[in-house]
Amino acid sequence: MYKIINKRQLSESIFYMEVEAKRVADSCLPGQFVIVKTGKEGERIPLTICDYDRERGTVTIVFQAVGVSTIKMSRLEEGDGFTDFVGPLGRPSELCADINNAKGKKILFIAGGVGTAPVYPQVKFLKEAGIDADVIIGARNKELIILEDEMKKVAANVYVATDDGSYGFKGNVNDRLKDLKANGAEYDLVVAIGPIIMMKFVCLLTKELNIPTIVSMNPIMVDGTGMCGACRLLVGGKVQFACVDGPEFDGHLVDFDQAMKRAAIYKTEEGRAKLALLEGDTHHGGCGNCN
Amino acid sequence: MDNMTRIPVREQEPSVRARNFDEVCLGYNLEEATAEAARCLNCKNPKCVTGCPVNIDIPGFISKVKEGDIKEAYNVISKYSALPAVCGRVCPQESQCEAQCVRGIKGDAVSIGKLERFVADSAKEAGIKPQGADKKNGKKVAVIGSGPAGLTCAGDLAKAGCDVTIFEALHEAGGVLVYGIPEFRLPKERVVKAEIENVKSLGVKIETNCIVGKSVTIDELMEKEGFDAVFIGSGAGLPKFMGIPGESANGVFSANEYLTRSNLMKAFSDDYDTPIYYGKKVAVVGGGNVAMDAARTALRLGAEVHIVYRRSEEELPARVEEVHHAKQEGIIFNLLTNPVEILEDEKGYVCGIKCIKCELGEPDASGRRSPVEVPGSEFVMDVDTVIMSLGTSPNPLISSTTEGLEVSRRGCLVADEAGATTKKGVFAGGDAVTGAATVILAMGAGKTAAKAILEYLGV
Repeated sequence: MYKIINKRQLSESIFYMEVEAKRVADSCLPGQFVIVKTGKEGERIPLTICDYDRERGTVTIVFQAVGVSTIKMSRLEEGDGFTDFVGPLGRPSELCADINNAKGKKILFIAGGVGTAPVYPQVKFLKEAGIDADVIIGARNKELIILEDEMKKVAANVYVATDDGSYGFKGNVNDRLKDLKANGAEYDLVVAIGPIIMMKFVCLLTKELNIPTIVSMNPIMVDGTGMCGACRLLVGGKVQFACVDGPEFDGHLVDFDQAMKRAAIYKTEEGRAKLALLEGDTHHGGCGNCN
Repeated sequence: MDNMTRIPVREQEPSVRARNFDEVCLGYNLEEATAEAARCLNCKNPKCVTGCPVNIDIPGFISKVKEGDIKEAYNVISKYSALPAVCGRVCPQESQCEAQCVRGIKGDAVSIGKLERFVADSAKEAGIKPQGADKKNGKKVAVIGSGPAGLTCAGDLAKAGCDVTIFEALHEAGGVLVYGIPEFRLPKERVVKAEIENVKSLGVKIETNCIVGKSVTIDELMEKEGFDAVFIGSGAGLPKFMGIPGESANGVFSANEYLTRSNLMKAFSDDYDTPIYYGKKVAVVGGGNVAMDAARTALRLGAEVHIVYRRSEEELPARVEEVHHAKQEGIIFNLLTNPVEILEDEKGYVCGIKCIKCELGEPDASGRRSPVEVPGSEFVMDVDTVIMSLGTSPNPLISSTTEGLEVSRRGCLVADEAGATTKKGVFAGGDAVTGAATVILAMGAGKTAAKAILEYLGV
């Protein structure tokens, strides 16, 4: 069992957990991910690492409770544990794997919703290496803005944007980037992590602005070690496996439309399973489609 | 019954089993096993043993079955094999031990595989365990991968007194035995888990959720964690795709993904959270054992299933028994047919597979007659799911993170006959070295390497 030693609820549906996982903590770098599983019947869920502490032997994950498995995970408390917690998987962020890739560059991170979590360790890593980066955190509304205080401690500037204007700048992350540009900001590199649709539109804009952009993909996976091929993506016309070739890719080469289609494959089945879980004993399969 | 004919083994009715995941073959009972054992001629120069990759003393264990001494029969087998209940089920006996049986010249070969299975199953029921080492030799060995090669190597090393830890990347031990081979051919709880427990009872430790090459490297294992030698039995897990248009459509899966969801994650059961795609009409591309497994899984999930294979029946690489079972259950074989494109609808889901007819031409490098496409013979099969079962290759996770470990052009680890790699103290065997092959060949390699490791350690 991999024990949860610290749990925080960051918003109505976003949870933060620090988990004991010595091997992962010893060897991970920002950009990599873990796969967690709850219980014998659980699903393997990939999550990008949010933080790690080699001394304490812990790894922090942040997730949004949206489906059966993540809702079950959200019900775990401090002292409980994950049945399985494996990693680190995937390649580390290029900026962190070799700090020379980051030196002398003006870097902007664009974090969308729960995607703020995997941005954090990269900004922190760069800060510790003496490189200051800017961060835009975007979400639909104030409630969904997470890790703002933590981010402020490690970033040069943190710009918050909400779609409904309930907090910070009113508008999406692209509006914020345009605004920054209009006010004279210049960036050599953008790292965008968030929902696929956000990454797609950030990439369309940064292509126009001619700023190289890295994205972190989080497609459906089973094993996370290159075995199943479920996570395949089209990058620059070539098939790539997010689990071993990524999860970070050149955002200007990723076929986001295909990635979105592929992400939808189990939507119906997942929806039914979620209903069954939430409705518990009162779930009677009234729709006639599930048992 | 005359003694030219083998005692038939009981099986679930095809029409019944096509709708469940229970084991197809029911195995012999004591009476049937004793009668079949009586057919063994106990040859002075037993050819069957030479046909076995781990050289089990076959007449030795069969003669104990004849006497009704199951415990002794089990002890004979377990001197050679750590996984008899598995091998009795999935070894291609017809091309190994049974192919050499003198009984086979005029009649049926002795049903060695079914007898082995009987002994292993009966021993388990009677609570008979393999015998461990009397004393430890103080050497620590790391085994990477808990599939057939790793389990065999670990078992032999533990019997010789080594302190053995197996590192497994997945959350459950067993490798291909749990993620690849379906329940209806190899029951997981009753057979695979029981055999793994036997290996553990020899003192072998298994650390799951540890990906060597990621969670820890081989160098760290040897330098920081005190392992004196390492055996790599990491298998061949990387799937192949055809590289044809439409392969990224929703509803196209590697056989690895499809089978892992069903076998390891138990997606076929409502009690488990992992989803699986329920196709109505499925094309499985390929003709090996894995293709048969994927096809028969899809059938049990309720689909009409087609095997699409570019050569003819004679060239099918799958075991005869598997093809026979698949046909009995209603799998449709579209032979001499090769996919050229997967068609997708506007939402990105598979809506058909375009194929071309083939004829057999001259033999190719593998000695099999190669398929030649017939120009203008394209046609569309109406399917909603395509499962690619085109073979697998070794994962580069370990070789790419271990200095001094050479790989071949095909990505296989380079190892000599005894299993020694190009790195001192590191041995390898099974699919990681040969590319995708069989359970028993991997076990043979694990066994050979265990011998070489003991020699290397000087014990």
